[in-house]
Amino acid sequence: MTTAIHTEDLHVYFDKNHALKGVNMDIQKNEVTSVIGPSGCGKSTFIRCINRMNDLIPSCTVKGKIIVDGQDINDDAVDVVDVRRRIGMVFQKPNPFPKSIYENVAYAPRLHGVAEEVNGKIRRRKHTKKELDEIVERSLRRAALWEEVKDRLEKGGLSLSGGQQQRLCIARTLSIHPEIILFDEPCSALDPIATAKIEDLLVDLKKDYTVVIVTHSMQQAARISNRTAFFYLGDLIEMGDTKQIFERPHEELTEQYITGRMG
Amino acid sequence: MTPRTTFTYEMEELNKEITEMANASKTAFEKAVRMITDMDFSLREDVRELDHRIYELNEQIDKHCLDIIALHSPVAGDLRTVSVCLKMIEDLNRFGRYARDIAELIDDFEEGKAFKSFESLRTMSCLVVGLVDDAVYSFQQRDAEKASHLHERDDAVDALYDTIFREILTYMMEDPHKITVGIDLILVARYMERVADHACNIGEYVFYMVTGERLDPKARTGNLEPDVCLRIIDHPAPRHELDEK
Repeated sequence: MTTAIHTEDLHVYFDKNHALKGVNMDIQKNEVTSVIGPSGCGKSTFIRCINRMNDLIPSCTVKGKIIVDGQDINDDAVDVVDVRRRIGMVFQKPNPFPKSIYENVAYAPRLHGVAEEVNGKIRRRKHTKKELDEIVERSLRRAALWEEVKDRLEKGGLSLSGGQQQRLCIARTLSIHPEIILFDEPCSALDPIATAKIEDLLVDLKKDYTVVIVTHSMQQAARISNRTAFFYLGDLIEMGDTKQIFERPHEELTEQYITGRMG
Repeated sequence: MTPRTTFTYEMEELNKEITEMANASKTAFEKAVRMITDMDFSLREDVRELDHRIYELNEQIDKHCLDIIALHSPVAGDLRTVSVCLKMIEDLNRFGRYARDIAELIDDFEEGKAFKSFESLRTMSCLVVGLVDDAVYSFQQRDAEKASHLHERDDAVDALYDTIFREILTYMMEDPHKITVGIDLILVARYMERVADHACNIGEYVFYMVTGERLDPKARTGNLEPDVCLRIIDHPAPRHELDEK
């Protein structure tokens, strides 16, 4: 097993509110890791740290280390745009751009361009139409959406159903080959059929990516994740194999939460 | 208000049902043994009725457990409890069946007298009644420590069974007229030995339910030292009062 993300004494403050209190965690490569806990426990704050989304909140201060590929992503030398390219994020509510299905997926690759080595120097150039077509098809296939939309790629992304929109957002994330994908309650607005499709997709995606998912559904965490982390009031209470967490949690607080007995 | 009110209620009801079944199973076995030792054949009907009730409870608890799994998705300690209840009812059901088999097998005073004449049979019945009592008690009290030691007494029961088998074989060889009685007594001993095994199964389940750990299967290999066996046989564990709640 290889560690994809390592956090060390990670603290997050929103002004004086201490939202994360020294989280030490290893997230393994090519696994699905679920983050569970009651509302306000810091789980979303935690995954938003991993691709520096909290940078966008002026009152937020992040202390401690988040090591990805041997590098602290909060290091001054690190390009935040590159961090977010390598670490994609899918949100609770599907948020496709008000553009066509094709453009939704092609948007980011078009923006980033393609890196090429010319005379020993790395240069970026625009993708050709053929390259973009390939990226769009590959990403939509990987997000298990291609068969449903291949005949209407020019239609608006917002014309799709909720579940399809969410898979479109996943395809959009996949289009720029991230290493890690963060999901913040990706199924909370979806019906059970759309949820099942996303869950199947997440399990499939772990072959190529590291997946971290915040979920309020205990059963979802149990169904799809290899490891589960339980947060409570900003502390990481327990992290372990999902089977162990749901069959034999070590901490009383974890047991109280997953059995629904936390008052 | 306690969170998950309905689920908590269902788990409490399940506990009441399994407690009733455990008590009924224990009582059925105790009465079957008492029927022989006291030669009180009026107890046979009680054993039959208890066996019938045990069967009803088996069906009821099986259905209840599946309902809880389907509707409430228990996890952690709750999941272990439900899965243990599902397994335990099979063993408790066997207590009832063997009690009824014993009660129906021994049907006259001659067999009763013969039973009483075998010291080792009486000792074995005391040991097994004690084991059943402790198995049920360990479940009711969630006593993992007690549950983890039941197999030691099962080894003593197994050792006694071997002795009884040889004794009764000799008894039959001495007088072929006693073969029918002898075979019945061997069967009684065999049923009691099986009941002890089921009691040990319950001990294993209780240990898992309470601790989340599985008992080492090597612990049940029958490797108890002979002197420990003798000590257990000579000093059966004290009985627990019946909890009819």
